[in-house]
Amino acid sequence: MSETDELLAIADNKGASISIRNVGMDFARRGSVVTALEDVNLEIPAGTFCSVLGPSGCGKSTLLSLVAGLASPTRGTIALDGNPLTGPFHDVGIVFQSDVLLPWLTVLENVVLPAKVKKLNMEQARTTGRQLLRDVGLHDFCNHYPGELSGGMRQRASICRALLAKPSVLLMDEPFGALDALTREKMQQDLNRIWAEDTKTVLFITHDIEEAVSMADQVIVMSPRPGRVLRRYSIDLPQPRTPAVRRDPFFEETVDDIRNLFHEAGVL
Amino acid sequence: MIPPSIYKVLPPIFAFLALIGFWEFGVDYFDVPQYVLPAPSAIGAAIADHWQSLLRHSGVTLVEAVLGFLLGIAVGLPLAILISCSPWLERTIYPLLVASQSIPKVALAPIFVVWFGFGLLPKVLIAFSIAFFPVVVNTVVGLSRTPPDMIRLMQSLGSTSVETFLRVRIPMATPYIFAGIKISSAFAVVGAIVGEFIAATSGLGYLQLIANNNLEIPLLFACLVLLSLIGAVIYYAVVLVEHLILPAPLRSQENDEARR
Repeated sequence: MSETDELLAIADNKGASISIRNVGMDFARRGSVVTALEDVNLEIPAGTFCSVLGPSGCGKSTLLSLVAGLASPTRGTIALDGNPLTGPFHDVGIVFQSDVLLPWLTVLENVVLPAKVKKLNMEQARTTGRQLLRDVGLHDFCNHYPGELSGGMRQRASICRALLAKPSVLLMDEPFGALDALTREKMQQDLNRIWAEDTKTVLFITHDIEEAVSMADQVIVMSPRPGRVLRRYSIDLPQPRTPAVRRDPFFEETVDDIRNLFHEAGVL
Repeated sequence: MIPPSIYKVLPPIFAFLALIGFWEFGVDYFDVPQYVLPAPSAIGAAIADHWQSLLRHSGVTLVEAVLGFLLGIAVGLPLAILISCSPWLERTIYPLLVASQSIPKVALAPIFVVWFGFGLLPKVLIAFSIAFFPVVVNTVVGLSRTPPDMIRLMQSLGSTSVETFLRVRIPMATPYIFAGIKISSAFAVVGAIVGEFIAATSGLGYLQLIANNNLEIPLLFACLVLLSLIGAVIYYAVVLVEHLILPAPLRSQENDEARR
């Protein structure tokens, strides 16, 4: 079985569970030590959508780098499916706030970039890439350059790129932060639909309370620096979510509660 | 059908022709002596009279400028890549390099003549010493312009840093590299001419000195026309290469137009 077949064979799994235990992270900055994260404990079951919500500079993005294995924690351990992380974790798809598409590659070539770097079967990758782009309504733009697309379309393409190699974990670092309000809401619905069709573990970082609650199964609220977990909410609303979720009393209650929590923490 | 590009080309051509017309008419009308400002027709006549020697001396200057320019790229590009790969070099060599720019390169010319004689070499070296700096600085800046998230993305895909350098950082830098090369192409001609002013037995700079001494002012202006042609030839050769090797979204010309 080739590597690609293997990847397709595990495509139907529910992703990997993420367990973060007693994690702390320090940075040396201009001689002094800055603590970005302190004593963070999280259990994210396989196949759940988890939003991490916090004010700017609370170490949310640091947390994402740690889970991707791009940095290692100063204290504590991170394990995926029970295996402690020791280096970069490649079975992951990352979406950043900026789309970071390569401007000289067409949209389709950008989407199949993971296959190219991982030296997978390109023929198959292009088929999958086209399918993913069709799913998000970008099929007619396969051969366009990113510069010819709007911000929302580019971010859609970068989500397709993150999904291409069927990663068991999807990490999203404020992916819709740079988009206008309407585009953002549409993207939230699309992402929720894509995720519901092929559930995998999602770690979604945001500072938008409604955004966090409307999509996620669980919401982790973080404190200002040094980032600690303030509270954990289970959002027991049926998936996939519809726009009507925002009018649900439970939704409104949770959003209010988080707002109060931020108020107490001095963020709002 | 008139291609739309005509509308971009025509206005500057008309402006140029109008300028030549005013010049010709003004020189005639105000009776400007030829040793102050020759009329375009007189310059044209000088080119026609001296075309053989103009061509020969142009060839000399072109070779000097092109060699200095290519040497500037050949040394500047690898040096810039080394500097951006090594924080140590960036701290040691790069500040010296930037500081060295306070030396007027033109003032090096007499020294180069003392060291390397009157031939081709000192001119090439002067052209090189002016041309190589824009290549180095632009390449170093361009290589640092890759968004950090793009590098993190490549890392997460399992790309090695060499692979990321070749696949992402170099292409991301190409618009900056070509911008630097274009500046260098103009500088190289300046370097060659200055070298010829100091000590030479051929080249357009040498011909200009002769024409100046003989008060052949139209010939002096004819040299100027050929010099600007040389500059244009090198510049558009760079544009052509850029067009041939870079995909459309990275070419500076297209991007300039897109921004308009």
